[in-house]
Amino acid sequence: MAYHAGMQQPESPATGLPRADAHPQLRPPSPASRRYLAALGASLGTAALALPLLPVLDVVNVAMLLLLAVVLVAIRLGRGPALLATLSGFSALVLALDWFTPGRAHDLSETRYAVTLGVMLAVGWIAARLTGRLREQADAALAREARTRALYELARALSVALQPEQVLDITRRFVERSFDARGTILLPDEAGRLALPGPDPGGNARPPVLSVLDMAVAQWAYDHAEPAGAGTATLPANQYIYLPLRAPMRIRGVLAVRLPAGPGMPLPERRALLDAFAALAAIALERVHYVDVAQDALVKMEGERLRNSLLAALSHDLRTPLTGLVGLSESLTLSQPALDAPQMELAQAVRDEARRMATLVANLLDMARIQSGGVKLNLQWQTIEEVVGSALRACRWQLGARSLDTAVPHGLPLVRFDAVLVERVLANLLENAAKYTPATARITVSAQVDGDTLAVRVRDDGPGLPPGREDTLFEKFVRGQAESPIAGVGLGLAICRAIVDAHGGRMRAWNDDGACFEFALPLGQPPALPEPEPSHPPAATTHEHR
Amino acid sequence: MNIDTPPVALLVEDEPQIRRFVRMALEGEGWQVHQSETLKRGLIDAGTRSPDLIILDLGLPDGDGLSLIREVRAWSPVPIIVLSARIDEGDKITALDAGADDYLTKPFGIGELLARVRATLRRQHKGIAEASAVVAFGAVEVDLHKRQVRRDGQPLHLTPTEYKLLTVLIANLGRVVTAPQLLREVWGPSNAENGHYVRIYMGHLRQKLEADPAQPRHLLTETAVGYRLQP
Repeated sequence: MAYHAGMQQPESPATGLPRADAHPQLRPPSPASRRYLAALGASLGTAALALPLLPVLDVVNVAMLLLLAVVLVAIRLGRGPALLATLSGFSALVLALDWFTPGRAHDLSETRYAVTLGVMLAVGWIAARLTGRLREQADAALAREARTRALYELARALSVALQPEQVLDITRRFVERSFDARGTILLPDEAGRLALPGPDPGGNARPPVLSVLDMAVAQWAYDHAEPAGAGTATLPANQYIYLPLRAPMRIRGVLAVRLPAGPGMPLPERRALLDAFAALAAIALERVHYVDVAQDALVKMEGERLRNSLLAALSHDLRTPLTGLVGLSESLTLSQPALDAPQMELAQAVRDEARRMATLVANLLDMARIQSGGVKLNLQWQTIEEVVGSALRACRWQLGARSLDTAVPHGLPLVRFDAVLVERVLANLLENAAKYTPATARITVSAQVDGDTLAVRVRDDGPGLPPGREDTLFEKFVRGQAESPIAGVGLGLAICRAIVDAHGGRMRAWNDDGACFEFALPLGQPPALPEPEPSHPPAATTHEHR
Repeated sequence: MNIDTPPVALLVEDEPQIRRFVRMALEGEGWQVHQSETLKRGLIDAGTRSPDLIILDLGLPDGDGLSLIREVRAWSPVPIIVLSARIDEGDKITALDAGADDYLTKPFGIGELLARVRATLRRQHKGIAEASAVVAFGAVEVDLHKRQVRRDGQPLHLTPTEYKLLTVLIANLGRVVTAPQLLREVWGPSNAENGHYVRIYMGHLRQKLEADPAQPRHLLTETAVGYRLQP
């Protein structure tokens, strides 16, 4: 929180924002003077209508009419005007009585007048109080209803949003409408840094300019998942209030609102409504996010399915004629009566080339599979000895008369890899060795623990790699690079590298009285081994042998 | 098998060139070969021709060869060898678990094909006759009655698990046994997760029985599928 101290500055450049035209949320109460005038008018008007009837009606009836006026004034205009109406009405009544019955002296302090005045005052007072409370309740109910409606409408508007931009826009509009306030949502980038939203394409709602300082507060609110700014415990002097958008999975952004000063909704209600807005926006953003995630997954799945079926079809279509070719040429070599020597040689050459072709196709398909990113490694805890054995068996016909040594000590740790693919690596390295060495060469396959890896080497005593190229040899095969100038060293080593990379291993080559290729696979944490057994002869219980 | 009439093989394969050389190879061995191009036809022929051997392509145009294996297995133990051009080793395990006896991955040589056929039939006949008490491969001799293993004539000590593993392989001599099946038969059904047990014990067996454990001649690995004891 190094920037905390700096944030204490109360003013920010954002202060000078042009404010939107104020839309008064509720009708302001009419000015007091007008209310008193109206009260006076009402009571005098009633007096003017009722007093001429004094000769006809009893004075009590006339007082009742005046009382009615007072009650109405109390209901409509409140306590003070009711008092004024009472006094003016009462004075008018007394003056009228003087006028109509001049013979009698009317003493205002006379008891019956005092009662009338008292009753009128009391009735006006009570009526004003009751209606005042009612009005307050009605106002509160209205405000509550307005808030609920705003929330409901926001929820409904957000429910159809499909883009984060839509969520931003909708929330901004509702904040403006409900609070008469400028607001915006700040979304984090991948690194969790908040960024200002881009300019509104509609151009009708200009996003507020947040200074660097404001961004720092917003970032604080985001990082700590706590509200900050105006009206909160953190930096209350800030003009804006920053509410983190807390969704079930994570914080989705920050809602920054600059609430206008002056009358309006009481603060607690305003905060509650803002919090509710923030929660709705957060959930909408999260939903939009997962819509995206689901769509991506769907597209990826569909792509993978398509790729797999394409590769399976390719594999079938390429391998079928090759199978025929291998089988038919071999039938030729076995046909009766036997072929003569040159014909036999030709038939065998056809068979061998067809087999080579088949290996090439297998490499090609594996390469396509791995480079398309759709390959799923079938990782199992394996012994390298086993894979060396099966690779040698698969390559025996290619190695011909070359002598083959293995140095794979028993008891090497288990390594987790895809046996089919690693067998392909070994087979390619062996095939490579066979291709570039004379028929009398010696090839050695060895394996040993090297640091935290298991290193497997294929060494030959042939002419070796082109000098000076050992290190760059594998770099050549990075996808997108130019074709290797070394004839024939293309796909085989490229696929080796791709497979080893997919296992998190590394691959290198150097000259050591011939070419030496090495791939190293990470050792990892092998699983529990089966219980060791006492090595006793299984026949220990039988004594049949003589 | 009647000595007078040649054995009948049913070849279910849609590719004519593959049919051609497989037929030639089998006829050279004295088989009478019947060919079906589709799964539907193959199912009918399997019922009416009562073949002694079925060679089945898994990727037929009118359906999955697996369904034929399952159907035939419902009423016949006839040996089935599967031809598969698929990349996925899982398909082979599925086919073997469904009751196929062995498989060949395309492209395959004629030598391989005939070796598979012979191994499958040998095993079939063994099941009918009494299993022989002594099995030999390379320099190794296993006496199943006396539970004795000899190498170069010298008694060899195997642990009970190693011996059990060896006997399962001997019972399927020349034929592939899937790794899950070995796990089930040697370690029991509760060890399905411990695939590495099989690999470790196969390593032990090779150490004791093979001249060069890294270049085995008899205890062969069918990568990602299983193991085969090659006599």
